[in-house]
Amino acid sequence: MKTTIDIALPKGRLGDKVYAMFAAAGFECPSIHEPGRRLVFENPECGVRYFWVKPSDVAIYVERGAADIGVAGKDILLEYTPNVYELLDLRMGVCRMAVAAPKGFRDNTETTLRVATKFPHIAGTYYAGRCRDIDVIKLNGSIELAPLLGLSDVIVDIVETGTTLLENGLEPLETIVPISARLIANKSSYRFKYQRIEEIRAGLSGQVR
Amino acid sequence: MEINSSLLKSDERAAFNLRGLYQKYGYIHYKMGKFEEYDLYMKNKDFLVSKGIITFTDTSGRLMALKPDVTLSIIKNFQPRPGHVQKVYYNENVYRISGGTHAYKEIMQTGLECMGDVDLYDICETVLLAVLSLKTVSANCAVDVSHMGILSAVLEACAVPAPAQEKLITCLGQKNIHGIQAVCEEDGLDWAVCETLCALCRLYAPLGEALRQLREICAGFDIGRAAGELEAVAAVLADAGCGDQVYLDFSIVNDMKYYSGITMNGFIEGIPGSVLSGGVYDRLMEKMGKDGRGVGFAVYLDQLERYGQTEKKYDVDTVLLYEAGTDPRRVADAVRALTADGSSVLAQRDVPQQLRYRRLAALRGGEVTCLEDND
Repeated sequence: MKTTIDIALPKGRLGDKVYAMFAAAGFECPSIHEPGRRLVFENPECGVRYFWVKPSDVAIYVERGAADIGVAGKDILLEYTPNVYELLDLRMGVCRMAVAAPKGFRDNTETTLRVATKFPHIAGTYYAGRCRDIDVIKLNGSIELAPLLGLSDVIVDIVETGTTLLENGLEPLETIVPISARLIANKSSYRFKYQRIEEIRAGLSGQVR
Repeated sequence: MEINSSLLKSDERAAFNLRGLYQKYGYIHYKMGKFEEYDLYMKNKDFLVSKGIITFTDTSGRLMALKPDVTLSIIKNFQPRPGHVQKVYYNENVYRISGGTHAYKEIMQTGLECMGDVDLYDICETVLLAVLSLKTVSANCAVDVSHMGILSAVLEACAVPAPAQEKLITCLGQKNIHGIQAVCEEDGLDWAVCETLCALCRLYAPLGEALRQLREICAGFDIGRAAGELEAVAAVLADAGCGDQVYLDFSIVNDMKYYSGITMNGFIEGIPGSVLSGGVYDRLMEKMGKDGRGVGFAVYLDQLERYGQTEKKYDVDTVLLYEAGTDPRRVADAVRALTADGSSVLAQRDVPQQLRYRRLAALRGGEVTCLEDND
């Protein structure tokens, strides 16, 4: 009997793609495709148990040991700095964390820069590194609206294609950091389920394109 | 007085057993106050596990702090004497921001510090005691060790600039091989350095076996002294029958400004985070103006609170109901009789809500009558 590995996957499109990688690597769980609202799926033969969680919660499940491993975006890892291992870049969900502003924006360094973002920690760290005084405005969605309504001067947000920015009269100014999905592991689980976790990491590594 | 250990909670039992273990090896108990001048932490803030410190102004106007750490206070009060090693253990509450909740928490911590003319035996003993500490809690434990001297040797031999060193140490701590490769590429570091660091990042094996691999990985680097220390530790642990519980793992990294030698973290199966951390902190001793070396570790007893906890079926064996106005001596007599066999009894005039009890009894006319038996 194989040691069961609990795996937290992010709900949504990215989660589906990530599960496909696990399945292709030999860790399939056919019941995951059954219709219904179940959140936990197990395949004892492969020794895996998957559960779907909100993408921003994956790191919490893994850090607290409710899941041995999981898949989380680099944006979440940078923002919440969970105490976990980052074992593999899955090169999926590729995008970037960027500063964007209305077209023609000029940073007036005589005043505090107002930054609207869902990621106050990332924005704060980025501007602290540049010794720029900022006023972070934490928003939970529709960040692009903030500069249009005069709530902020710039935004710090995830940019995939840039289409949403363009449609709202904004343009990306600087890339802060590239983002993609990462395989993460609980530090204690890594010790006690080392071989199984490494087996999964190696299997997924073979699937990374 | 005999102590019924079944009444102790996991963390209390661990504190009790660890006290016995450390005393057995001659460590002296070190009792501290709850407060320390804030200045001590300001000067060494990078050494602290969490940045937040609870401060207040005392009656003489000094800015004080609720202790976020124990090691700094012990070093501050250490009086070096040539040829002398001070070995102390402590059991104290510290106050700091908990990683998971981002809020201040009171954390019960026990641990030991060994400072002064510390030699290789003292270092080996400290690592051995770290393993034995965890074994008092569970046989399913692991202590992972690394050596900051090995990382320094690799990074300094290749003249890796300080900012890149910091990023690489962070990546090592996350077992982030793709991160190491990205930093090396960004900073234009030599490919050989990148390969060595990635190999160190991958290395995870029982100490004895890992040391053979380490010699191969670091063949071109001057790691002789550091590897020698690890070999001595591996031999002592093997002799003590603990060889399989100690792994070499370079994700165990500490701030190079303070730590210079062996560094370690301990884990217990079933507890999600590290329950023990420590290492050789010669640079901290030097920074604080103390002659000699220092090595020690802390065990985070708060992590053990829920460990091995089995829910009790009943809160109390018997609830004894008595009517208002009953002679207190009659109630006391009945309680004495019911507790004579070691059972627990709660005397009340009414049954408390949500209480789980084995039996419900009533004191009527001087007699105890059983009303309900849930067994």
